[in-house]
Amino acid sequence: MNLTLRIWRQTGPEDKGRMVSYQVDDVSPDMSFLEMLDVLNERLILAGEDPVAFDHDCREGICGMCGMMINGMAHGPQRGTTACQLHMRQFKDGDTIDIEPWRAQAFPVIKDLVVNRGAFDKIIAAGGYITAPTGSAPEAHATPVAKADADAAFEAAACIGCGACVAACPNGSGMLFTAAKITQLSLMPQGQPERYTRVIGMVDAHDEAGFGGCTNAGECTVACPKGIPLNTIGRLNRDFLTANAKAAGKPGS
Amino acid sequence: MAVSGIFFVLYLIAHMVGNLKAFAGETAFDHYAHWLRDIGKPLLPGVWFLWILRFALTVSVVAHIWSATVLALRARAARPVRYAHRPKVQGSYAARTMRWGGVIILLFVIYHLLDLSVGTLNPVGDGSKPYSNVVADFAPERWYVTLFYTLAIVTLGFHLRHGVFSALRSLGQQTPTGERRARAAALAVAILISGGFLVIPFAVLTGLVS
Repeated sequence: MNLTLRIWRQTGPEDKGRMVSYQVDDVSPDMSFLEMLDVLNERLILAGEDPVAFDHDCREGICGMCGMMINGMAHGPQRGTTACQLHMRQFKDGDTIDIEPWRAQAFPVIKDLVVNRGAFDKIIAAGGYITAPTGSAPEAHATPVAKADADAAFEAAACIGCGACVAACPNGSGMLFTAAKITQLSLMPQGQPERYTRVIGMVDAHDEAGFGGCTNAGECTVACPKGIPLNTIGRLNRDFLTANAKAAGKPGS
Repeated sequence: MAVSGIFFVLYLIAHMVGNLKAFAGETAFDHYAHWLRDIGKPLLPGVWFLWILRFALTVSVVAHIWSATVLALRARAARPVRYAHRPKVQGSYAARTMRWGGVIILLFVIYHLLDLSVGTLNPVGDGSKPYSNVVADFAPERWYVTLFYTLAIVTLGFHLRHGVFSALRSLGQQTPTGERRARAAALAVAILISGGFLVIPFAVLTGLVS
């Protein structure tokens, strides 16, 4: 199949950037989207041009590195799929495909389609962990967890931090990511001691990073390649309200 | 946002139930309208209850618009560079029309107050005859008024469809089962309230209320 790609090219953070059209011929429907970009890049390199920069690592949908807006949809048209697992059979011969980086103040473009998702690390650093003595693994049956809680926590823990939720959100909010991390810890017994200081810290870090506010629009959960459910945001809200009622985070409270 | 919104929903239900009195005839409707001025007597003299309600509604309107403005400004700041290929609505249409829908509803409320509270835009405009005001308002030759009311109420329905769910979520609704219930409740509130408000103009238009 023959495709026309319109790709966002930006030489660096200071560059204004622009959409550039490329013709890619003889694309196999069995290629992944990233392999198709590899083919384009090989040709660009042979022609002495600058290849299109894009993030990628595992190419099996579990690392969260790849991610781009494909025709205005985060990770492309197929639901529950990262860009690396998207195959060209989802497109038709002669299609024009628009490829853009995630657009968010908190995710500045480094080059072309590569953005800096360091703002997510700041949210994690503000409480997305448990402070527990390490050492040898404890006996698994020492701390029983209800099956329903374990399942819900695992569902939230599937978040790979790719940033599609932010990219798809009409408000540029990172609340689905933050809520997934909150949920996975607040449903587990190990997460309880820091439960209410964690939610305050992580929401503050989220807001300080320049993400927008959540309006429960639900675009994030549609775009999420891991299907993180929207109700995680409800769990975050509940913890946040409780934390404020308890005046968590103040010494002695 | 959620708290002021829930106050509006409660007010809308009371307002809608009152409106439906129009089907009980002119005397009953006018009597109801005059009774509104006497609520709380003799504890609250004169039309105090109405003024307290108006004050609370005004405070809620300011709080609601202020929260919406803060969210809209944050959203704008969070995405300084727009997408060239704008994503079409993939989640909820109602959720994506909250801001413009809110503006339409605000404009409608201003018109509505001038029409049926102050009376300046009403063909009868007599505060002591609310039933006549309503009947004159939605007369068939004034079809454009009915059209505008319909547009505003449908917009309100969409606003409630997302707003009620979002308010419940903001106040801590958190389980998947609860989410289904909250969405169903939001849809029911939206349909009942918009339907309850729309029957009045159409009853006048078709001569059922005259």
